[in-house]
Amino acid sequence: MSGGMSRTAIGLGGALGATLRRELQLAFSSPGRIVNPLMFFVIAASLFPLSGRFEPALLGTIAPGVIWVTALLAVMLSMESLFRGDYDDGSLEQLLLAPQPLYFHLQMKVLAHWLVTGLPLVVISPLLALLLHLPADGYAPLLIGLLLGTPTLNLIAAIGTALTVGLARSGLLLAVLILPLSIPVLVFGAGLVDTALNGLPMGGLVAVLAALLVMAGTLAPLAIGAALRISVQ
Amino acid sequence: MLTVANLGCERDERVLFERLSFTVTAGTLLQIQGANGSGKTTLLRILAGLNHDYTGELQWQGKPCRQVEFDYRQALFYLGHAPSVNRTLTPLQNLRWFCALRGFADDAAIHYALNELGLRGYADIPCYQMSAGQQRRVSLARLALTSAPLWIMDEPFTALDRKGVAELEQRIDRHVTGGGAVVLTTHHPLQSTLPLTVVNLDALREVAV
Repeated sequence: MSGGMSRTAIGLGGALGATLRRELQLAFSSPGRIVNPLMFFVIAASLFPLSGRFEPALLGTIAPGVIWVTALLAVMLSMESLFRGDYDDGSLEQLLLAPQPLYFHLQMKVLAHWLVTGLPLVVISPLLALLLHLPADGYAPLLIGLLLGTPTLNLIAAIGTALTVGLARSGLLLAVLILPLSIPVLVFGAGLVDTALNGLPMGGLVAVLAALLVMAGTLAPLAIGAALRISVQ
Repeated sequence: MLTVANLGCERDERVLFERLSFTVTAGTLLQIQGANGSGKTTLLRILAGLNHDYTGELQWQGKPCRQVEFDYRQALFYLGHAPSVNRTLTPLQNLRWFCALRGFADDAAIHYALNELGLRGYADIPCYQMSAGQQRRVSLARLALTSAPLWIMDEPFTALDRKGVAELEQRIDRHVTGGGAVVLTTHHPLQSTLPLTVVNLDALREVAV
């Protein structure tokens, strides 16, 4: 029943690569998925200096927290697009019925989602740091922290997204489910900047953030998969 | 191929069906009948492995489906209510992903399948620019790409024009005569001359009462 002689077998890697490519194509064919969380991040963080008369020094001390909290909220708002479309059009069923382990497909989906929504947040964060008068020594730990922390946040948020994908309006419920779970990342991420600004070694906190990422990267896909199977029933 | 033994399903404390048993072998064309809300879609989703909320057993080639999950998924093509076609992607992008999930890459076959369904020249047009019927055809192009022996189809004739319905019926017939098996629901009277097995969920419930 095949259509010709040109059929090339591809292994697990090829199938996973195809999922990654599809997610990237999806993001680039609807640029709102990329631009909206980024715009939210920039606008929300710039509200702080506008909301009062802050001394630059005071602004500098709250800057890590402000940037981290707004990054967390931006991640949260970006999650809707991860499974919603696939759930509505039935593609999610095809993914669940694919012979390959769902686990790896989900890792690819979250990775692609981070590449188009999380990574831009990291890249633009120095601009916000400048706006919020973050001292020069804080830039490197901010970037390192966000680089390790945003994919962790994406992975954690994906669990909640998978659980709520069957519900029509899941925005607030998702936030209530996910924000408490995100606290460790927030504490260590913002703490990393403070630690560096106080001249203390950052190695320990970087290791903790990296460990959280590895843990989320290996365990979250199991939870996401289980949640999706429940949501699709 | 597929053996269904003593299958039962309740939803919200209402029995949809119970003690349902049948077998699907090579060359079976099986139609699930029943009124709206009688549990046809639920049954198909249970058979496809999307719904695990049931009692009884499903066996693939004599072994419980859950134990041979990989083989079963390789052997299964499921066409649900939703077309599984992403509207922002092109037919080519959609079908490439489908093929990759099935373990191969074959652009020539995709173009051939699209041409066969009257979608010549549409391969690179985003699906949201196409009509519901055309999107349905993109979804059906997957039939030409899959080598799965067992097709489970939920209302496959939805949104197709008369010619499309006839072509799909021919494709189903070809699959069944070629040693495949098809389990489907439809409200459209099948024109097929092949022997049709019918599972009627309404009759089943009357017997149970």
